[in-house]
Amino acid sequence: MKTAFAASVPGRTACLPAQPKKHAADMLPANLLRAKRPALPELGELDVVRHFTRLSRLNFGVDSNFYPLGSCTMKYNPKFTEQVAALPGFTRLHPLMAQLKGAGQYTQGALEVMWETERLLCEITGMRAFTLHPMAGAHGELTGAMLIAAYHKDKGNRKTKVICPDSAHGTNPASAALAGYEVVNIESKDGMVDPDALEAALDDDVAALMMTCPNTLGLFENHLPRIVEKLRAVDALLYYDGANLNAILGKMRVGDVGFDVVHLNLHKTFATPHGGGGPGAGPVGVSERLVPYLPISRVEKLHDGRYYLNYDHPKSIGFMAPFYGNFGVLLKAYAYILRLGGEGLERVSEYAVLNANYLRKRLEKVLEIPHDRICMHEFVASACNHAECGIRALDVAKALLDKGYHAPTIYFPLIVKECMMFEPTETESRQTLDEFADDLIAILESAAQNPDALHAAPVTTPVRRLDETAAARNMVLTDDA
Amino acid sequence: MPFIPHSPEEVREMLSVIGVQSIEDLFVDIPAEMRPRSFELPQGLSEMQVLAKMEEMAARNRTDVVSFLGGGFYSHHIPAAVDALVSRGEFYTAYTPYQPEASQGTLQAIFEYQTAVCRLLDMDCANASVYDGGSAIFEAMMMAVRATKRRKLVIDEAVSPIWRTMLASYTSNLSLDLVTVPQVDGKSDMAALKAAVDTGCAAVVVQNPNFFGVVEDFTDLFAHAKSQKAASVISVYPVMQSVLKTPGEMGADIAVAEGQSLGQPLSFGGPYLGIMTCTKDMVRQMPGRIVGRTNDIEGRTGYVLTLQAREQHIRRAKATSNICSNQALCALRTLVHLCLLGPEGLIRTAELSMERARYAMERLTAIAGVRPLNTAPFGNEFAVRLPIPAFEAVDRLTARGYVPGFPVGRYYAGMDDVLLVACTEKNSFEQVGILAEMLGGIL
Amino acid sequence: MSIPADLLYTDTHEWVRIEGDEAVIGITQFAQEQLGDLTFVDLPAVGDTLATGQEMGSVESVKAASELYSPLAGTVSAVNDALSGAPELVNQSPYTDGWMVRVKLSATPEGLLSAADYEAVVAREAH
Repeated sequence: MKTAFAASVPGRTACLPAQPKKHAADMLPANLLRAKRPALPELGELDVVRHFTRLSRLNFGVDSNFYPLGSCTMKYNPKFTEQVAALPGFTRLHPLMAQLKGAGQYTQGALEVMWETERLLCEITGMRAFTLHPMAGAHGELTGAMLIAAYHKDKGNRKTKVICPDSAHGTNPASAALAGYEVVNIESKDGMVDPDALEAALDDDVAALMMTCPNTLGLFENHLPRIVEKLRAVDALLYYDGANLNAILGKMRVGDVGFDVVHLNLHKTFATPHGGGGPGAGPVGVSERLVPYLPISRVEKLHDGRYYLNYDHPKSIGFMAPFYGNFGVLLKAYAYILRLGGEGLERVSEYAVLNANYLRKRLEKVLEIPHDRICMHEFVASACNHAECGIRALDVAKALLDKGYHAPTIYFPLIVKECMMFEPTETESRQTLDEFADDLIAILESAAQNPDALHAAPVTTPVRRLDETAAARNMVLTDDA
Repeated sequence: MPFIPHSPEEVREMLSVIGVQSIEDLFVDIPAEMRPRSFELPQGLSEMQVLAKMEEMAARNRTDVVSFLGGGFYSHHIPAAVDALVSRGEFYTAYTPYQPEASQGTLQAIFEYQTAVCRLLDMDCANASVYDGGSAIFEAMMMAVRATKRRKLVIDEAVSPIWRTMLASYTSNLSLDLVTVPQVDGKSDMAALKAAVDTGCAAVVVQNPNFFGVVEDFTDLFAHAKSQKAASVISVYPVMQSVLKTPGEMGADIAVAEGQSLGQPLSFGGPYLGIMTCTKDMVRQMPGRIVGRTNDIEGRTGYVLTLQAREQHIRRAKATSNICSNQALCALRTLVHLCLLGPEGLIRTAELSMERARYAMERLTAIAGVRPLNTAPFGNEFAVRLPIPAFEAVDRLTARGYVPGFPVGRYYAGMDDVLLVACTEKNSFEQVGILAEMLGGIL
Repeated sequence: MSIPADLLYTDTHEWVRIEGDEAVIGITQFAQEQLGDLTFVDLPAVGDTLATGQEMGSVESVKAASELYSPLAGTVSAVNDALSGAPELVNQSPYTDGWMVRVKLSATPEGLLSAADYEAVVAREAH
């Protein structure tokens, strides 16, 4: 499809504001002005509408396709939350309005949303307090790692290392590094953190262990109590990557079992749409001992019930966001929690786990399941049992696209060969799961007879397999390159 | 059950396929002692009830005001087609385009976004966005630190304090030396900036127009930085960039922007958009996702995420950044917004905002006791000194439905009497006149 | 698997050819196969001094990245400039046209592996 720039017609316009009385050249000296107008597309409104409508049709989304992308929790995004976030009383609110009278007197509704959201997230996770400022999951990880650093500095601990299991999301080590830590990788055993490997890596220099539970294999970490004990012995903190919180709502609270810091991905567990890459939101919850270090500002409540922003927390790590986080995303998550209530949230996890186990059972005869036991909200399979006929996980993924399904996550976590990670989520019906399983079984059964067909897949998508090596070598990154 | 489609019969059948009796059997791995000590959450509400509750909360925010608040975040008109197009489910319910064959819509849109912001900022390469304007400056600084292997960063105090406070936090564990060069009456101190940029400096960071609305030409400063082998980083206001001298023309190595003013509602601080662009030489230092054009096996044009070996999912602790989720849908909004406005529409928006700001400057400084903070050229925002504390003036007028601007003393010592006034095309000349009369009335 | 007998190796998959008081360094056949089609090679600058085990550059493919470690101590006397435009040379001929760095030795290299020892390293990692 032509780009908007290639379709541009000089002089064509769409949404033109009124003609100004003065031009920039009348208002500023020439040396401060640009030499040429920016070469943006010149299109009519219908041109623009058609262009983006057509582009949208080249995409798979949850609204149109089953999207079992493991670890990403691609569940249905309820439409009413969009309506809530679009209320003019929120969208028209300038963030600096909260820095005028009474540090929030003009923004009481917005501050109440934040206050209430923090309280709900505290009860859901068992943490003592939350900040809503981090603008994505990885941003929450960085915030969490910085809270850990602030805690140790304040206590006079000299800590230099953060431990990450080899099954961790890549953001964990990257975030720890940005907080100034050296990252120590430990190997998993039976798909879980190995207490012996942890023991061997653990010394007084260790600031924290970053882990997720259930882990990225979809397995509950059975050694959790032992891990907590070992960390406490060296005053190391335990970080919870909330990417998989949707498996344990109402079944376990991370604060109750000894985690000190947790980030949540609102676009996963709390159903805010991912938008083709973002925006997300990554609120961070902490245990009592980390509360003093939370980012500023913090929403607090006066005796008369009014809310205000408090910046006076001298031990705070400071500002992580320009204002108060991705507020528009927070609104959607808050509305979702209100709609579901406690019972509805617990059902999210129950049915996410039911669907994952059902799909696992349906697929266990055609794919190798390296850790074949009851899984949580997702499970990892391996396509290595099809390696003999030259079929790789990538081929299976591409063949699924031809059937109208988004592929599962492939080649992650790194510790399983030819890895395929399925996360069906609670919002998918049994019929969808059955149709998907039937189609995937048919793909794998045909693979033995005709592997070339799988190597050629996909054939029904707008483009077929793309030359990524040429893209990286030649680097055409704009229409002008 | 909201958003869960199963009938009780289906649940029974599925449990029997799994080989367990009940859903609770699926949670046997979580022992009793690890179960929640409490899970006291409110009862669920109907869609109608949630909406009513949140409408009531929204009503308790003061949005019924005429506002001259800016500070880097502006209320510009957003064409209706932006919402209509971006709310298509194929866009907003998609994930990161990991399967390019099923994501050409998102990928081509990002490629077009990269092209649009490169043309607007006059730079070679862009990424698919970072969180906001502040994190964009941080990432730009880190690019310079990696490229130069130096650890000193020189920052103009006229760069938004909202972002500088973020930079101070972000760099607190990284053994970096942040040197802030004081502004003078809201203007950059070019001589002091030059003096601070030496051969130990990784980057100099400036903003145009700066926090006080002042428009500068940083060409000489950037040439000096080049002579010291330091990188030049500039943050710009993208609407005003349609008319102002470009980062490319000034010789910047990295140019960033807060993209809020290009199609994002103010929404109490987010989601916004960190625009990042750079020269070709710097592209391998760029964090985040980048889309490139290539061909499929039949020779058709297509788009993929490229240069991924820089990113956290491959390089882990050695990645250029930890960023994963970005602000893709906001970037799409910006692209659609720019397509609807076109060059003429964006320039008109800038000019309409500027002419209103000039009228406001004229009317406000005609009031006895009100004088401009400086006489430097400005865009759509300017600062004035008042005979009373600016906070008080803001307070009194806001109570009457007019927010006259932002009290700069909130962030700068010795500026309690300074009011920062922003205009956009949404502020009418008549409103500016009323503002002047109201302000005159209380002074 | 091609592991020329006349070269020395490291367990991080670099090869070394000693030529008088200089050494030529590249990555092995096994390393380039593991990485896949290379898209970028980042090398040190001529004149850089290298210590044994020091990170001296990196190689990237579409799906992987790997750091290069100097197998010995010395000063970089030449780098293979052809790789900046044609990283595929490393895939095509890792031991000849795909060479990376030439180093003037400052000390006698120590701890390098023979072809046979390196073969054992490869055998272990292939599993």
